[in-house]
This record gives sequence, C-alpha cells and structure tokens, in this order.
Amino acid sequence: MKHSDLLDTYDPEEHRLRISIFAISMAVVVLLLLVHLWYLQIIKGQEYKHLSENNRVRFLDVLPARGLILDRNGILLADNRPSYNLAVTLEDVPDPDALVANLSKILDTPATLLEERINKARNVPFKSYRIKSDIQWDELAKIETNKLILPGVSIEIEPRRNYVLKSAASHMIGYLGEITLPQLKSGRYTINKPGDQVGKSGIEKEWQVSLNGQRGQRQIEVDAAGRELKELSHQDPTPGSNLYLTIDIRLQMVAEEALRGNAGAIVAMDPRNGSILAMASSPAFDQNVFVRGLTSGEWKDLVNRSDHPLENRAIQGQYPPGSTFKIITAIAGLEKGVITPDTRLSCSGSYALGNGVYRCWRKGGHGSINLHRAIVDSCDVYFYKVGQKLGVDNIATYARDLGLGQVTGINLANEKPGLVPDREWKLRRFKESWQKGETLPVAIGQGFDLATPLQMAQVISAMANKGIIYKPTVVAQIEKVGGGGVTKVAPEVLRHIDASPRHIEAVRNGLLWVVEGGTGTRAKIPGIKVAGKTGTAQVIKIGKTRLKLQQLPYKYRDHAWFVAFAPYDSPEIAVSVLMEHAGHGGSTAGPIAKRVIEAFLALKNNSKEWDQTLQTLLKNYTEDPGDLANQFREARSHVD
Amino acid sequence: MLIDRRLINNFDWLLLMVVLIIASIGVLNLYSATFSTFGGTGQKIYVKQIYWVIMGLCCMIASLSFDYHKFQSYAYPAYFINLFFLVVVLVIGRAISGSQRWINLGFFSYQPSESMKVILIMVLAKYFCLNEIKDGYSLRDLITPAFLVLMPAVLILKEPDLGSAFILVLLSGIMFLYVRIKWKTIALISISGIAAAPVAWHFMKDYQRNRILTFMSPDNDPLGAGYHIIQSKIAVGSGQFWGKGFLKGTQSQLKFLPEQHTDFAFSVLAEEWGLMGSLVLILLFLILVLWGLNIAQRSRDQYGNMLAFGVVSYLFLEIVINVGMVTGVLPVVGIPLPLISYGGSSVISTMISLGILMNISMRRFIFHSAGSEQETS
Repeated sequence: MKHSDLLDTYDPEEHRLRISIFAISMAVVVLLLLVHLWYLQIIKGQEYKHLSENNRVRFLDVLPARGLILDRNGILLADNRPSYNLAVTLEDVPDPDALVANLSKILDTPATLLEERINKARNVPFKSYRIKSDIQWDELAKIETNKLILPGVSIEIEPRRNYVLKSAASHMIGYLGEITLPQLKSGRYTINKPGDQVGKSGIEKEWQVSLNGQRGQRQIEVDAAGRELKELSHQDPTPGSNLYLTIDIRLQMVAEEALRGNAGAIVAMDPRNGSILAMASSPAFDQNVFVRGLTSGEWKDLVNRSDHPLENRAIQGQYPPGSTFKIITAIAGLEKGVITPDTRLSCSGSYALGNGVYRCWRKGGHGSINLHRAIVDSCDVYFYKVGQKLGVDNIATYARDLGLGQVTGINLANEKPGLVPDREWKLRRFKESWQKGETLPVAIGQGFDLATPLQMAQVISAMANKGIIYKPTVVAQIEKVGGGGVTKVAPEVLRHIDASPRHIEAVRNGLLWVVEGGTGTRAKIPGIKVAGKTGTAQVIKIGKTRLKLQQLPYKYRDHAWFVAFAPYDSPEIAVSVLMEHAGHGGSTAGPIAKRVIEAFLALKNNSKEWDQTLQTLLKNYTEDPGDLANQFREARSHVD
Repeated sequence: MLIDRRLINNFDWLLLMVVLIIASIGVLNLYSATFSTFGGTGQKIYVKQIYWVIMGLCCMIASLSFDYHKFQSYAYPAYFINLFFLVVVLVIGRAISGSQRWINLGFFSYQPSESMKVILIMVLAKYFCLNEIKDGYSLRDLITPAFLVLMPAVLILKEPDLGSAFILVLLSGIMFLYVRIKWKTIALISISGIAAAPVAWHFMKDYQRNRILTFMSPDNDPLGAGYHIIQSKIAVGSGQFWGKGFLKGTQSQLKFLPEQHTDFAFSVLAEEWGLMGSLVLILLFLILVLWGLNIAQRSRDQYGNMLAFGVVSYLFLEIVINVGMVTGVLPVVGIPLPLISYGGSSVISTMISLGILMNISMRRFIFHSAGSEQETS
C-alpha cells in the first residue's frame, strides 16, 4: 500500500523543528490578539465604557400615514390626525416610584393604574413602552413643562385615524383596531408589527395592504435621561395609497337619513358598471369610538344590542326577497317556454295544490291576466302557476344566473351568500325530498329564498342594463402618494344573463308600469320614468287572513322591499331598499327609493334645491361643517 | 471489525473536553446574544445551536471511527464532487436570488464552500505526501497545488464570498510554507502578490471594496459601513476587565451589534464577560491549536502529519480572522468563530475537522504494531 511507502521516507524528527516554529508563530499571533484585547478592554476600557453609556443611539419606527379615503368627488371621509402618546423607557428612569407619583399628579390618574402599565414595560428592555395613548392637549402641555422631573418619559406622536363625517358610510368604510396575535401569525400582515392599527372591517380591512404604507426608521441619539439629542439618520415612511370610493357621500347621507329610525339597508348602484353609489345600513355607529378604543363594556353593548348596529345589512342581512323575486320567476318562465308574454292565467284569489291552499294578496283575485298585468299588480297566483310549471330547479338556475345564492364578490369583508333552494339542497339540508307545494312560495320569494339587499340591487341592475351582471365595486381608483400614479379600478362584467332581449324587455316594461300604475306608484317621480318592483317579505306564516301591521308584534311584521331603476330609457341608477319589519313594500320602501333616485338626479344636474337639505343633513355628521357645505356644492366627480 | 481496545485507551479525552467546553460557552453566549432580539417570539436560536452541536458530535464520531488513511483514496473524488457543487450553487444561486452560497436541502442549507475547506486540506496533504521534494519546492513544483487551490477559490469568490475564498488561499499558503518552499520562491510569490493587489481591487464588488476602505478608516463613515466596526469595538472595550455580566451587555441587548449571533458573537461575549471571559476562551482555543500541532508532530506518518497540520491551520485562521475582525484589526469578511458563532455548516465542518484530528491522535500508536493492517483496513 501507498502509505507504507510514505512511512519509509517519513522522519518525525525533521518535522519536530518545523512544527515548533509554527507552534511558536501561532502562539505569538494569538498573544498579539490578547494584547489587542487588553488594549481595548483595559487601557481604553474606561473610554469605551463611557462611549457605551452615552451610546444611546435608538432606532425608532416612523409609522406611515394611512391612506386617505375619499368619495368619488374627492370629499374627504377618513384622514389622520396626530395623536400624542405617553411612553416610558424604564432603563432611563432612576426612580420608578417617584415617576409614578409625579405622573399620577400631572395626569390625574390613579397611581395603581400607572404602576401596572410601568410594570409591563419591564418586558421590553431598553425600549420605550406606551403608558397612555392619545393624551389631551392640556395633559401634553403639563408633561412638556414638567419634563425635568420626568426622566425616561417621552411623548410619541403617531398618526391616528379620523373619520371626518362620523358614522357616515360607517359599515362600508369600517374601522381600525390593534392587530391581534392570530392576524400577525396569519402571514397576511407582513408589514405590520404588534401594536399597529389595522383595518378590522369594511374597506379598511379589505384594502389594508394598500392603505397601510411602509414604515420608516429614525436613528436618533438620546442623552442619559432618554431625551432626544439629535437625529442621526432618517428614512421616510411611505404613506399608504389614497382610495377614491365609488360612492357620492351626499347621496349616501340622503340614503342614511331616509333610513333613520328604521332598521334596514339601501344599495344604490350604477347599472352601467357596477359602481356602488351609496350603501347605507341602519342603525349605524360612530367609527371614531373604535379609534379612541372601546372599553369592554362599550364593546359588549355594541355587540349585544338587539338591533345589531355593527352588521352591514346591505351585504350581511339575508332576507326573503318577497315579490321582488317575481322578476326571476318571470324570466325563468319565459326562457323555459312555460309562458309567453301573452300567456293568460287566471287568479281567483287563491290556488289549491294537494291539501294546501295558497293565497294571493288580493282576496278577490285578479281574474284572467297576462304576464305584464301579473307583474304590475304583483299577482301571487299567476306566479304560483308559473313556478308550478317550472319546478324548483329551473327557478334556482335562473336565480343563480341573476346572482342570488352566491357572494357578489364586492371587496368588503364578510359578505353573505343568501340562499337559493333546490331539490339537492333540501336533501342535503333536511335529508328530505322536495315537496311539490314548497315550489309555490319559492316562486314568489317566500319560503326558503334568502337574498341580501346588494344581491337584489344586482338583479334590478341587470334588468336596467338589459342583462349584464357586473361585479359590484366600492373603490373607483387607488392613488399612490408622491407621484406614484393613479390606478383605476375597471368595471368587471361577471356574465350576461341567459335570457333573450325580448324576454328581458317584457319584464322591464312590466317594471315600468309597476311604478306608473301598479303596486309601486309611491315611487313615481314627475317627469322621470322609473321602473321598479315592490316586495313584502313575510317573516312568519300567519293563518288565513293577513293582519294589519299595527296588530302584529314588531318582530313578526313583514319586511318591506323596493327595487327600482331610472331613467327607464337609459338607466343611470339602480336602487334596492330593504326595511326590516316595516310592512308593505310599496308604501314604505317605495318612497325611500324615490327619494334616493330624486337626490341622485338632482345632484347630477347640480340642482340648487338640495343645498339646504344637505346642509341640514351635515349637522348630523359633524359639529364643525367648515367648508364642507361649499365642497358639497362644488363637488365634481374625480372618478370619471 | 472489533473495536481495538487501544483505540479507546488512546482516545484523546483532553481534546474532547476542550471542544465541549468551548461549545457550551458558545451556546450560553448565543442565549444572551439572541435574548432581546428573539426574546418573545419563540425563535430559540440557542436551542437550534444545541441541535447542531449534537449533530456535529455525531459527525465527529463518524469521522474518527475509521482509519484516516482511507481519506487518501477519497480525497480527489470528494474534491471534484465538491467543485461541482460550487458550480451548481453559482448557477442556481444566480437564477434564484442573484447570489446565494448554499443549496437548500430542506432541513439544512448546505454550503459547499464550507466543506471545501476540509476537503482541500485532505487533497493538499495527499499531494504533498506523494510529491515530496526534500530540498524545498520551487515555483514550478507548486503549479499543480496552486491550481487545486485556485479553482475552488475563484468559484467561491464569484458567489461572492470574499471571506471563505480568502481563508482557502491563506490556508494553502500556510501549508505551502509548512512543506518548505525555496526562499527564492517565497520572495517571488510575495512580490507578485503585491503586484496583483490592484488587479484584484479591479475585480472586486463595490461592497467588498467598501469593506476594505471602511476597515482602513472606519471613522470616515461612522453611521454607514463603519458603524458595525465602531459598535463592535465599543462593545468589546466597554466590557473592561470583568465584563458587564450575563445578559447585561447594553451594546448587545440594545442590538447595536450587527449579526450578533453569527459573525459578531464574540463581541457579545467580550462585552458581558470582559477581558477575563475573552482570555479564557482564547486560551482554550490556543490549547486546541497547540494540542493539535502536538498531534501532528506525534503522528507517525507524513500524511497524518500534513492532515493534522492543515486542520489546525484552518481552525487557527478562523479564530484569528474572526477575533481580529470584531476587534477592528482585520476587515469584516464574514468568517464565523468556530463553535461560538451560530450556524449549522460552520459547526459541522468544525466538528468534522476536530474528528479528523482525534482520528490521527488515537491511531498514532497502533500504526507500527503487528496486525495493524487488519485492524485499520
């Protein structure tokens, strides 16, 4: 083997000297390192020790300003105001007890509370820890004047969300709250740190990433008491993008005012592109309360209130659509060929099937009528018969085609899908087969049917634009601050409904005459052709006769619906109104739809007559209207 | 194969003891270095380091369990495979992220530049054993070994990992000196080395040039590139004689130090344990180096001698460059301190080198004895 050969020529003695030379050299090098360490740590040690004590370079995060939220006319809805927070860096406090005593006096806060916060600061060594958020001006002044007796105390300024018009479009815009641990771990919030305020609902949540911006950093030098001496470097934060919404806040306010005192929702949509023009849900809440921070009591009150103010009924409220559903039954009947626009069916006031008797809302019946008449008078028996011929699965197919039973995909959190029943669903849900009689209520929007006001806005929108289902949008454009440019959100066509133009026209014409001379005349506007459909959704099934509204307890009263679009010949607005437990759709929801359409047309034409109304409305939203009234008058769309 | 009792009797317990003490100091120091950084978030760097040390000890046992002469036959194949990996890392790294030094194996990021250091020692030891020239090597005799060094060194420099390439060249330089080079040759190499410096400067990346400039005068840019060196010096110096105490280093807990759990781990130790702590650690390293040289000297064959010497030089270089770097006498080149800095690749290659050293140490007596052929092959 090779190594035996090597062995023969190997002379350990010869290597001994060389090894020794290297051993000595290496030891000398290591010794030199030790000498250098001795020089650094002993000779210059005091100097470096001093440097390290004064080495109070701190890295501070600079929070980015959150993107603004504006309406389509550029009217400010959410901005940021400076908030002053009191923070303590424990390492800079020589005597914590004295500090607590002094702060307690200055802030007029119990010492025990401050002590508790300061004890928490022990968990974050060498970092400033927030003791009190959003202190008042007078408190700030007192702290600044007493700075000398408050070593280690610092004031941090951070931007806070401010909702300019309190409670306006509150459900849609949403609110902020401190990021939670599960959110931090979810991986969706990579740019955020513990303590950050992030969107908790609505647009604030869905557009969190665009709105947030990137934090910057400051490198500062502080003295031994933690006071900032000078700034060493500065990296500016990148502000979040500004969002221009599709809504017109003036129209929004009119819609909210119309709902005031009633639980319900209004969705106004541009049928030409799916833009949401207004989305109101009542009752509303003031988002600024969330910014300030809720006590657990306040939070419980909000959540447990029986009228659920936090719920956005426009997208989360699921109601039987009532007679507004007849639009779908009519389209399905025409398309499946079970009726033509001229098919006459007779209504005697009720319809018997098997053991059951199904009533029309008009006791005496409508006689022999065609589809047009059936829509105009909202005849129940006509649609029972159409539904009976169609079968539930055919109705379901067209209901889904028009957008029911699924989320619309609007960019708002927690949208509900509603419900479109069919045979398969019944089997899955109840382990029972579909009963013939169950098709009849479904055909007139009662029974298992459930829809959100937004979905019904989409349905009436599709009637207005003759068959196009748009994805509803709430954000019109995203503006990057600092010359980053503007990104417009393009309208998105989800699909064209499966119905011939002739059939759509037949139903459309019926909708026009609903308002012109049918069940929806309360929505009539002089000089404008409005088309619509009423709906009265039963909450519970009641005996043979219908009781008067006032005779029923509130929670059993019917929900009122009205869906409408205008102008008939070239529609610009589609509206869906739902009022909980308000009784008959035509008489209560109809006038509200009318008011929203009127306001929309007037605002579009810059009509002066609404100025006074808007100014009065403004008082509900802010104590200090400033020049908002002027802005309202001069509003011109930034979006189109 | 039965385990020869003599192997156990001759096992180098002293070396193992020193290694375990240094590794423990390393883990303890990492606990402090990452205390404030990773404090609450549950990322326990020091626990991971314990796993690496345990894995490293397994690798050490593996590399001392068979006769080190076997390395001879595998040296060249291993060398070329490793060279191939260096090319792979260069190609894949460019494709993925512009620059990358490792191959991701899922549980472990393998750094071919780290294993190349050990393999190059084996290759050079073998080369010089087979081509021994008693009266010293001339320039011509060094062409082949120079190629063996420069091929991986250039690939590593391209990654770019200046520090590792630097160590590879220095390491072979020491080994060349050890095998005895003609004085004329040494002079020639030194002169051409100095002449080549401007050329090397030309090929360096901006950040590499900056590091060297910064090293020359850190005060020119106290908040930029020089910041790390100044902060590290403040950390080390402010430790004074006894140190600030465990977990009490303001420089490290305040995160003034860059990479304080990897390349700058020693500054944390020096700050918290002072000159006493640094002295203890460096003396332990010195014991390791001198004991290693003793093993080289006592080995009964040329190959064992060269191999042990190479391994010791490798450890010595890493120690000196790292400590020199954090105390501001050498430029910041990103060399870890063996068993003190955090990192799987570094711990494992250090443990393998120490295993080789133990291998040579425990087999030094049985080489001449009867029947060794059966036992060792």
